[in-house]
Amino acid sequence: MSDPVSALKNISDDTGLVTISEIGPIGMITLRGDLSDKALVKAAVAAGGVNLPEQGHCNTQGTQGIAWMSPDELLIICAYADVQDRLADLREKLAGSHALVVNVSDARAVFDIKGDHAREVIAKLAPVDMHPDQFSGTMFRRTRFAQVPAAYWMPDGTSARIVCFRSVAQYMFDLLKTAAMPGSEVRHYA
Amino acid sequence: MLTIHCPNCGVTAEETEFHAHGEAHLKRFGPGSSEDEFEGYLFMRKNPKGVHFERWRHQYGCGKWFHVARCTMTLEVFGSYSAQTVEPPQEIIDAIQDRRPDFAAGPAR
Repeated sequence: MSDPVSALKNISDDTGLVTISEIGPIGMITLRGDLSDKALVKAAVAAGGVNLPEQGHCNTQGTQGIAWMSPDELLIICAYADVQDRLADLREKLAGSHALVVNVSDARAVFDIKGDHAREVIAKLAPVDMHPDQFSGTMFRRTRFAQVPAAYWMPDGTSARIVCFRSVAQYMFDLLKTAAMPGSEVRHYA
Repeated sequence: MLTIHCPNCGVTAEETEFHAHGEAHLKRFGPGSSEDEFEGYLFMRKNPKGVHFERWRHQYGCGKWFHVARCTMTLEVFGSYSAQTVEPPQEIIDAIQDRRPDFAAGPAR
């Protein structure tokens, strides 16, 4: 089998305010269905390896996790190599439920940004209040970064993991690089 | 710039994260309706200067639809509510009348 390749071949840049690195490939499974259905939640928890997150949050642990995408959608994150097994397992468990399980690993690009100005870089691109009092902990946000849809969460106070469509990976990288241009600190959250 | 709250995912953001899709609470006239009714359903829209009920979609967020009550003149947003309604709920009417005492809640078309 051919080897999986991430969108930008793990390009990285540390010339700006934050270190930007394209990571991956990462396993991602979209699960849609009734989130109040116990069978579905049980299957999701088994596949994601963490508890079901609250609305607008994500639970992550190491390489795996579950993110709350919308009132009827979860994103299950795992190692790329585990996707097929978890997909099969989910499909088997949800055979009797009205649910959708799709492997979207290759449709996405994932970026990590790290640095003291991570919040600022995001605030320049997304219509989100990035103040530590407003966006913290396990919060997970689907929004736009300039002109493209994206989702992100902050594993810790100075780094963020951003997920976008693979087709706009180069745009996202350029965008982050521009927002992190040296000398462009705003220090709004400092 | 409007600041809009999505009742489906609880996010409050400015309008560019959302997309407006026109007048809310339209009654559908399909096969079997008269030509006038069908024309009204397809083309005739209110264009008020003042309170307006609109359908919005959380385009870049959860992707769900909801309704927003706002003023087309002052751009004040009175509130948002579920799209699964045939008329604005009482709390939205109250919020509007609090700011626009002369606003009368008419029957949904």
